Amino acid sequence: MTSADTAELQAVEAAIARHAHEPGPLIVVLHAVQDALGYIPEHSIRRIAEALNLSRAEVHGVVTFYHYFRTHKPGQRTIQICRAEACQARGCQSLERHAREKLGIDFHETTADGATSLEMVFCMGNCATGPAIRIDGRLYSHVTPERFDALLAHQEDAQ
Amino acid sequence: MNRVYIPKDSTALSLGADEVAAAFTAHGFEVVRTGSRGMFWLEPLVEVDTPSGRFGYGPVGAADVGGLVAAGISAAGSHPLAIGLVDEHSYMKGQQRLTFRRIGLVDPASLNDYLAHGGYAGLRNALSMTGAEVVQAITDSGLRGRGGAAFPTGIKWKTVLDQSVGQKYVTCNADEGDSGTFADRLIMEGDPFTLIEGMTIAGIAVGATQGFIYCRVEYPESIAALRTAIEVAKSAGYLGSDVCGSGKQFELDVRVAAGAYVCGEETSMLQSIEGKRGEVRVRPPLPAIEGLFGKPTIVNNVMSLAAVPVILEKGAAYYRDFGMGRSRGTIALQLAGNLKRGGLVERAFGVTLREILYDYGGGSASGRPIKAVQVGGPLGAYLPESQFDTPLDYEAFAAVGALVGHGGIVAFDDTADMAALARYAFEFCAYESCGKCTPCRIGSTRGANVIDRLLAGDQPERQKELLGELCETMLHGSLCGLGGMTPFPVQSAMKHFPAEFAPRSRH
Repeated sequence: MTSADTAELQAVEAAIARHAHEPGPLIVVLHAVQDALGYIPEHSIRRIAEALNLSRAEVHGVVTFYHYFRTHKPGQRTIQICRAEACQARGCQSLERHAREKLGIDFHETTADGATSLEMVFCMGNCATGPAIRIDGRLYSHVTPERFDALLAHQEDAQ
Repeated sequence: MNRVYIPKDSTALSLGADEVAAAFTAHGFEVVRTGSRGMFWLEPLVEVDTPSGRFGYGPVGAADVGGLVAAGISAAGSHPLAIGLVDEHSYMKGQQRLTFRRIGLVDPASLNDYLAHGGYAGLRNALSMTGAEVVQAITDSGLRGRGGAAFPTGIKWKTVLDQSVGQKYVTCNADEGDSGTFADRLIMEGDPFTLIEGMTIAGIAVGATQGFIYCRVEYPESIAALRTAIEVAKSAGYLGSDVCGSGKQFELDVRVAAGAYVCGEETSMLQSIEGKRGEVRVRPPLPAIEGLFGKPTIVNNVMSLAAVPVILEKGAAYYRDFGMGRSRGTIALQLAGNLKRGGLVERAFGVTLREILYDYGGGSASGRPIKAVQVGGPLGAYLPESQFDTPLDYEAFAAVGALVGHGGIVAFDDTADMAALARYAFEFCAYESCGKCTPCRIGSTRGANVIDRLLAGDQPERQKELLGELCETMLHGSLCGLGGMTPFPVQSAMKHFPAEFAPRSRH
């Protein structure tokens, strides 16, 4: 077992120890794991199931039901683009096209160098100043294709 | 010390409010972070105290701060970004802010601010009443579920009250997934104690000792603000085993959703709080009888619960005297999409869509004519210009085949492609369907296919007929509103904009 795997297992155990006693704890535990690791490793599903007295199928069923949970390691940064109607009314379709072309990936994919993951979301509650995107924790308004490029370049400079 | 008020609401943050706050701090100002007034085109909106009320400047960028300081901002000095007294602004002046009366004024993490602005007066009154009296006040106020279904809140509460004693729950649906809605978010980020107080009143009225707020994961700022406020309320004795020394218990926790739109449906939300797949439950039993973990449960939207404190503070009659017909009180309208002045307008029911779009919204942001407006989220109908005089009222909207829903208003200019929007409604439903019932799971994908064939000119008359039948099946055969209401945007777009559904030549 690699040290990365060990670190992952420790995060999973910590999530279980902290939340297993809560009522209906599965989603709370999954959030804690994804908060710690950025994703929910496939190999952790068996351990979570065992700890919460659920079947692996039940845990797998919940992980795959929710769009937010992912079982693959994301890129170093995650860009979420809102595709909902209010952002469409302000031109998010051209932003979507631009982002996919610029990054060379589709939604729910990560660039080959592991730098960037692209996700679609439906509404971030920022509906009066769209198109809206979130890069990691930070929300941005009025994101035209040009502004998208500038934000990416600015981020890369800052690293 | 010179003080400025700057929102830390997510929209303000997305427009650089943190940088503006840092610049004022660097100039030696005391910066108080508040919620947003809901005038988003002016964000970041910086306010200062004057003897006649708050005076505002906006939109302020970090680069403007030096100039504002030089212009004497703390004495409300003149500057090109000055908007005057905020409450006198044309957008604010005609509003009837009951639920949102404190928004933008208070620091959302400060219990003292909340108390100084009338907070917890409703709970104090409720604690001197019996549970049945509190429920009666809610019934008398005429409050109806603001999540969209418009079911009388008091009747729901009474059902829970009437269940035999034992574990009961209050759950708050803060899975505000409708595009074009952000009222819940504004409350959670800008005045979370209002929601906490509303839930506490609900719990004490019906004998529920535990509450859950189910908040969407797309709202990290809301989750943080709620958790902070809950901790503050707990340590001050407003939550916990002995609420305000009454001997009554009410505990409150936040549960974070995981990006499934269907979990805004009440039974699906309960499944999700229980840690399960958010698959819709068949009703009956009603959640009020067998809800969370099989126990009697109140399920209310943020807006419904946030209206409770003012009703208990000022009385049922005060609230009921706003509004028209069977739609009593106020509604939080959220102006979004292609509008010049997007934001939040709280008005008594009865205001027309046209007043909202033009008097408040200022027309389209692009300067082109507004062609269609979607009210009530992705499952709401598209209304054409000929219906803009419809008053905001549950029954008046139902009469034109539309819904008020959660009050989100998304405006589109004349470049909008109505057939693409109709197709998107099916695509969205397919992506978000929980899969439990066939009309929604399969009908949504088939609907998108049929529109593709229709636009491609493949037997168009036959496709239109098929689409009509499919919509009827989804309308009547789906378990919940997701499948059952997806036909609304589709059929309204086809009805009001038939020419756009004509076969198209391929590019």
